[in-house]
Amino acid sequence: MTVVVRTVARIIAPMILAFGGYVIMHGHLTPGGGFQGGAVAASALALLAISFGFGRWKGIKAPLSFLEDLGALAFVALGFLGIGYTFFRNVLAASGGLFGAPVPPGPNPGLLETGGTLPLMNWAVGLKVIAGLGSVVLLLGLFGGEDDR
Amino acid sequence: MKWVRVGALLLVVGLLFGAAAWMRPFGRPSLAEMDAYFIQKAQAEAGANNVVTSVVFDYRGFDTLGEATVLFCAVVGVALVLRRVLR
Repeated sequence: MTVVVRTVARIIAPMILAFGGYVIMHGHLTPGGGFQGGAVAASALALLAISFGFGRWKGIKAPLSFLEDLGALAFVALGFLGIGYTFFRNVLAASGGLFGAPVPPGPNPGLLETGGTLPLMNWAVGLKVIAGLGSVVLLLGLFGGEDDR
Repeated sequence: MKWVRVGALLLVVGLLFGAAAWMRPFGRPSLAEMDAYFIQKAQAEAGANNVVTSVVFDYRGFDTLGEATVLFCAVVGVALVLRRVLR
């Protein structure tokens, strides 16, 4: 792509990635979550891949594959964490441990360290969606052939 | 034969308009016990201010596992169809 597109992409892609990370991290407090934030972050990957050409992103396949496996395994493992009660029971919520702070009742902005397994599951699903959509975009782009106009 | 089809179409359209007229007012569902339970208990049980996330990842976590599996299958399908470019 032209130098204008590359410059704008270079400026805007970190912001998109940061916003995706924010949507994933605050999934249990604000609208959004793992799927939505992951899609936002994957759009940053698509922007970079399209503006800088797909050829130089071939090396990112192994990390994307690793992230996909990590996300899926972490999600299932977090689901099995509550197997003492039922599958997917939120055992960490309000337990005082990791992400286990008590939630103030009623309408309030919320605390980041609440939610139990929800933030961890958001991160697992977010990594999975980033890796999945990113690899789909990358595969389709590589299939289309090199286009470095 | 043509008039039978027109009559059937008019009947279906009439039924749809009748159903629209009989519909409950917007935002007042007839069965709201489950909604009220989620809205009142989500903060205490799931520890999440975002009730939608508490439903997606806690109350209906198994459904989300299926969703993640669907995404995984889609990615695997794309990789399978386009596997020639991986080499």
